[in-house]
Amino acid sequence: MLQALLQNIINGMAQGSVYALVALGYTMVYGVLQFINFAHSDIFMLGAFGGFFLAKWLSPFISNPLILLIAVVIGSMAFCVAVGLTIERIAYRPLRTAPRLNVLITAIGVSLFLENFGQIIFGADPQVFPSLIPTHSLLEGEGLVLNNIQLTVVVVSLLLMLILHWIVRHTKLGIAMRAVSFDIEVANLMGIPTDTIILFTFTIGSSLAGAASILYGLSYPKIEPLLGMMIGLKAFVAAVFGGIGSIMGAAVGGIVLGLAESFTVYYVSSTFRDAIAFGILILILLFRPAGLFGTFRREKV
Amino acid sequence: MTTLSAKTLFRLGLVFGIFITLFNTSCVKKEGATSGASSNSALGNEILIGEYGSMTGSESTFGVSTHKGILMALDEVNKAGGVNGKKLVLKSYDDQGQASEAVTIITKLISQDKVSLILGEVASSRSIAAGAIAQQYKIPMVSPSSTNPKVTQVGDYIFRVCFIDPFQGSVMARFAINNLKLKRAAVFRDIKADYSVGLANFFVEEYKKMGGEIVADVSYASGDMDFKSQLTSIKGKSPDVLFIPGYYTEVGLVARQARELGLKAVLLGGDGWDSEKLTEIGGDAVVGGYFSNHYSHEDQSPVVQNFVAQFKSRYGEIPSGLAAQGYDAAMVAVGAMKRASELSPKAFREAMAQTKNFQGVTGMITINEERNAVKPAVVLKVVDRQKFSYITTINP
Repeated sequence: MLQALLQNIINGMAQGSVYALVALGYTMVYGVLQFINFAHSDIFMLGAFGGFFLAKWLSPFISNPLILLIAVVIGSMAFCVAVGLTIERIAYRPLRTAPRLNVLITAIGVSLFLENFGQIIFGADPQVFPSLIPTHSLLEGEGLVLNNIQLTVVVVSLLLMLILHWIVRHTKLGIAMRAVSFDIEVANLMGIPTDTIILFTFTIGSSLAGAASILYGLSYPKIEPLLGMMIGLKAFVAAVFGGIGSIMGAAVGGIVLGLAESFTVYYVSSTFRDAIAFGILILILLFRPAGLFGTFRREKV
Repeated sequence: MTTLSAKTLFRLGLVFGIFITLFNTSCVKKEGATSGASSNSALGNEILIGEYGSMTGSESTFGVSTHKGILMALDEVNKAGGVNGKKLVLKSYDDQGQASEAVTIITKLISQDKVSLILGEVASSRSIAAGAIAQQYKIPMVSPSSTNPKVTQVGDYIFRVCFIDPFQGSVMARFAINNLKLKRAAVFRDIKADYSVGLANFFVEEYKKMGGEIVADVSYASGDMDFKSQLTSIKGKSPDVLFIPGYYTEVGLVARQARELGLKAVLLGGDGWDSEKLTEIGGDAVVGGYFSNHYSHEDQSPVVQNFVAQFKSRYGEIPSGLAAQGYDAAMVAVGAMKRASELSPKAFREAMAQTKNFQGVTGMITINEERNAVKPAVVLKVVDRQKFSYITTINP
């Protein structure tokens, strides 16, 4: 009993930390611009494919698996940043002063574009993500299974979240981001280069998606152009659950969602996995629209 | 006020206009299709055969392999003079692995291209959806590899050249008990696929009948990526064999995660495993697993070896079971066309139903009164990442 419980916690943590990393991207953009960047899940997908091709090209030259992994993660993060910034520049910046609904619809458009573009370029057939580091179990003979990949996923995620926390709380850039998030016009008046800050926000969000996509590819080595859809929805639920706009909320929301799914499948049935995830979304929206860590701000009219 | 109402009137008129146009065109189309269905086909010097399959999408290797088999069969027939001096022409479309798309495409094949016989699909869910259309227009459809019993229950124009799920499920149950001597089984089924549920049900039934014990019966949904929770619960019951009657993409991931969790049961499956991608995704985790299939290229009978040699020289690869099924589906259909009293879909149907002891690549095929093929199955073992080898043949 206890063993199964612990095993589910391990499984749920590994899944949840990927959700958390993607959720951070949603929440940061929302925090600064107050709109949901639906294309974020497809940046995640592109990151996975970027990593896939990078690993293919690099593997003949780099024999050390750890260096290869780091190179692929950094390469994929850089690729995602490039994509994220391009989207921001082309699709979102021209709409900076337009009503939020316009930007939201544009975001959905960009998302659909990337998904279909991916199907044309990569084909709809799933690709096998290379296992960059050999899998081995860390807890032998305990009846409990924890392998190095699961541990890597959780540790790297927590590390990235801590770095993010430090950036937002303790650097000049972070203070500027929070100022822009608080009131973009006043921040502009105070001499904060808002456009640059927004670019930085996209940079950070997209790089997290890039890292998450590689961690995901390592755990579930099957990638396809529609990969981002479900992950994106789940991460969105996690972000709303934690309180959209709150960094702490996204991290906690992702992990809670991962655990909830893992327990649901184990103790109830796999049929209810998605029902639970979206059930949580409905309940949160009904009873605590601001989420766990969000502060409810009355809409300014 | 008057201008406004005039505007409204104009808009209303426009909407009505659009509706009427739409309604009319759809009517015309339908008429054309029904009249076409009765009189179509063998005018001129060609007989049109339609094919729909998953050329792209997550099960694309199924569609592509099948297509290669069909193409080779029809070329052979054409080279030998066609059917009653008429050339066979294949019209094939991609359904992207989606049932809704399959329905659209089969309608197009029937009403636009006016084919007189249809070959397809691999996946049962798509054959069932599209079969309803073929039945409605009374165009015979021959499925190469849909093994769910419901496929041919759609109507009397739907046939198949493969065995059905009860047989595949019970073959693996018999194999587990008679050959492997393993009596504790867990079943891990894909509840979203008719195919998987069918295999699982008949495996459970036969396994229990033969004195085995089903210790766990849990499910997943195709498209899932994480199966660790279900596998953790299966591991707790310590089964000897784990039956995963799914498609290769998920099976690969399931196997990998099962081994990561330390689940040591022997893995068993059905013909949905038959793809190179199985070992690409599953890696070493699927090695040592067994699955039932329609044929093995290692079978030493001359029919099989001849087919393998020709396929190899044409495509430069060893034909998968699905390619052989595609080939047989086309050949059985051609055989029926040759025997038919006239070149019409109705006569083709009659002749198809009378197919008896047809020597196909995948075994001796007889179509029974339920329009299913009665034929043997083979069991293959995943020996290493490159190789599936022939273990045994299990007769009906």
